[in-house]
Amino acid sequence: MGFTRIQEKLKILADAAKYDVSCASSGSKRSNTNKGLGDATGMGICHSYTEDGRCVSLLKILLTNHCIFDCAYCVTRKSNDIKRAAFQVQEVVDLTINFYRRNYIEGLFLSSGIFKSADYTMERLVAVARKLRTEEKFNGYIHLKSIPGASDELMKEAGLYADRLSVNIEIPTKEGLKLLAPEKNREDFIKPMIKVKNEIIQYKSEKKLIKSTPLFAPGGQSTQMIIGASGESDQQIMWTSNYFYKKFELKRVYYSGYIPISYDSRLPHIGTEVPMLRENRLYQTDWLMRFYGFEVHEILNESHKNLDLEVDPKLGWALRNLEYFPVDVNTADREMLARIPGVGMKSVHKIIQARRFRRLNWEHLQRIGIAMNRAKYFLVCASQDFERRDLTSPQLKSLILQNTTSKYQKKLSPQLNLFE
Amino acid sequence: MLNIQDSILIYDGSFDGFLTCVFQVYDLKLKRVLIQKDSESQASLFGKQNVVVADPVKADRVWKGLGKKTSNAGRLRIYYGFLSEKQGVENLLLRYIQYVFESRLPVDSDFSNPDVLELSKVAKSVGREKHRMEAFVRFRLTKDGLYFATIEPDFDVLPLISKHFKSRYADQKWVIYDLKRNYGLYYDLDKVEIINLTLPEGFDASKTSPDYFAVEEIEFQTLWKDYFDSTNISSRKNLQLHIRHVPKRYWKYLSEK
Ligand code: SF4
Repeated sequence: MGFTRIQEKLKILADAAKYDVSCASSGSKRSNTNKGLGDATGMGICHSYTEDGRCVSLLKILLTNHCIFDCAYCVTRKSNDIKRAAFQVQEVVDLTINFYRRNYIEGLFLSSGIFKSADYTMERLVAVARKLRTEEKFNGYIHLKSIPGASDELMKEAGLYADRLSVNIEIPTKEGLKLLAPEKNREDFIKPMIKVKNEIIQYKSEKKLIKSTPLFAPGGQSTQMIIGASGESDQQIMWTSNYFYKKFELKRVYYSGYIPISYDSRLPHIGTEVPMLRENRLYQTDWLMRFYGFEVHEILNESHKNLDLEVDPKLGWALRNLEYFPVDVNTADREMLARIPGVGMKSVHKIIQARRFRRLNWEHLQRIGIAMNRAKYFLVCASQDFERRDLTSPQLKSLILQNTTSKYQKKLSPQLNLFE
Repeated sequence: MLNIQDSILIYDGSFDGFLTCVFQVYDLKLKRVLIQKDSESQASLFGKQNVVVADPVKADRVWKGLGKKTSNAGRLRIYYGFLSEKQGVENLLLRYIQYVFESRLPVDSDFSNPDVLELSKVAKSVGREKHRMEAFVRFRLTKDGLYFATIEPDFDVLPLISKHFKSRYADQKWVIYDLKRNYGLYYDLDKVEIINLTLPEGFDASKTSPDYFAVEEIEFQTLWKDYFDSTNISSRKNLQLHIRHVPKRYWKYLSEK
C-alpha cells in the first residue's frame, strides 16, 4: 500500500462518512465456524468513543465521494467544492482486515457517493463484501449502504454478505425531499428496502426447514432521517418513522440533527446550532414506541405536534394523562409500570422480581435505581408517606423541573441510557 | 469483634482454594468464620488460624451444590465477585453462599437482601471491566508475527475474556498480558495457554518501538489515529460525555489517543 496515498484517501472518505450516525454492530448471528477471522455473534462492542460521545465500532467510510447527484443537505453533493477521492476495492479490504486484527473495530460500514449509476456503485460495494467473506474468511460485521435504485439482483447478493443493509431516507416528508433533492424520489429509496425485506422473510422461513440455508442480512435494515433541515414537525418525523418500522420491519431508525454545511438558502444557515436536545427527545420517543408499549399517536398527534424539549416524552405523556396515576407499584402490571416517569425497563423488571419477596417501599425503590425526583409524584408503594397534594400538570411540571434543571440542560447524545 | 471462638481460614488465593474453605465451613460446622488469602493474612492473637489446602474435589462439590440451588447466572455472579479481588470479598461471598443454601426460593433477584445487592454490584463492576477489556485491548503486530497486547485491568478479568478473543481471533497468534498481575494468555492457533513473560530490559509497553514491532504496525496505528480524528464532528463536541465512556486511566492503551 502506498502509505501516504491511503492516508490521504482515508481522511477524505472517513470525513465524508461521519454524518451517518448509525454505529450499531449488534444483532448479527455470524459465528466463526470456518476458523477464519472474526465473530459477530455477541453484542456490538464500542471500541472507542468520539469526542462528542458517539460510539466507534465500525470502520465507517465512503468508497468514493464522487457523486452525480446534488442533494442540498449533503457534503458530497456534486456542486460542493471539496476534495474528491476513491478507494480501490482491495484497499478497503486491507484496511478492514488490518484494523480488525488489532481489535480496533467490529467491522466495516461502507457507503458511497453515486458515481456513473446506482448499479455501478452497488456492484463495487458488493465486491468489497464478497472479497471479505469469501477470500479473507471474514466473519466480522459488515454494514452496506443500499444505493437507491440498485437492481434486485445486486440487493440480493448484498444481503448474502452483509449483516445489515440501510437506505437513508434523510428527509422525513415528500415535500421536503422535493425541495432539497429534486432529482430523487421516494420510490427509489423504497425499492431496495422492499426487496431486502422480502428476501429476509423468505430466507428466515427456509432456514426453519433447512438448517444450512445461508444467513441473509441477519442484522436487518435501518434508515436515517435528518432532523431540522426541512422545517418538519416532530409528528411528521415520528409518524414516518413508525410507518417505516411497521411497513419494512426496520431494526432501527436513526435521527441525525442537521449539521449546517452549506450556504444554500433552502437550509438552516451555517452556524445554526445542531438540534441535539430535539434529537435526543426523538430517540426517547422511538424507545417508547419500540420497548415501552406506546403507540406513536399517544405521544404525537394533531393537537400535540411537537415534543416538549423541557421534559422527556414519557413525563410529557404522564402530565397530559394524570388520570392514570398514581400507580401502585406492588400490584400494577408491567405495561403500567413502564409508563411511570423515571422508571426504566430495567427497573420495571427489577420491581417485578423483587415484589415477589416482599411489598416494596421507597427505600427498596431507591435501591432498585428509579429516578425518584420524577417517579415520586406518580406512584404509591408500601410506605405511608406519598404525594397527597392534588397538583395540576403545570404545577407538577415546574416542581419536577426545579429539581432537574442541570440534567436536561446537558447536551445528550443518542447513546446515553435514555431513561435513567 | 473477633473473639476466641472465631476461626480464620487461610487459603492460597485460588478460586478452588476459596471453595474448599466454604466446604470446610459446612463440614466442620464453623460459626463466625473469616476467610483470608495467605498474602493478606496477619498473625493474629485472636481466633484459630487454619491453613486450608485447595482441594479440587471438595471445591467441585461446593460448585455442583450451588448449581442445584441457583441459576448459572447466580453462580457466575459468585465467580465474578471472586475475581474482583476486593479485600474481604470472601466473607461477602460466604454470606451470599449461605443465603443461597438456606433459602427455599432462588435468591438471584432478591435485591432487597443487602448481600445479594452488594454482590450483584461487585459482579457488575467486574463484568464492566471485562467488557472494557474486550473493547480496549489493542493488538500490535510484533516482528515475529504475533499480535501482542498489554493490559492493567482493575480486576482479574483475563480468565473471563479468553473465550471471546479465542473465537474472534482464531486465525492469528496472540498474547494478552496483564502487567499488573504478571501473567497472560497466549493463543497458538489451537488453544489458549496461561503464560509468564520476562519482558526485555527497558521494554516500554506504552511505546511501539521498531526494535520489537513490525514496520507496518506504526503505519496502521497512524491510519487508525487519523481515522479516529476525522470521525469527530466539532459542532457536536462534548468532552464530558467522552470521559464517562472512556475513563482517562484507559487512555494509555489506546493508540488513537
Ligand atoms: S446521492 Fe447521496 S451522496 Fe450523492 S449528494 Fe445525494 S445524499 Fe449525497
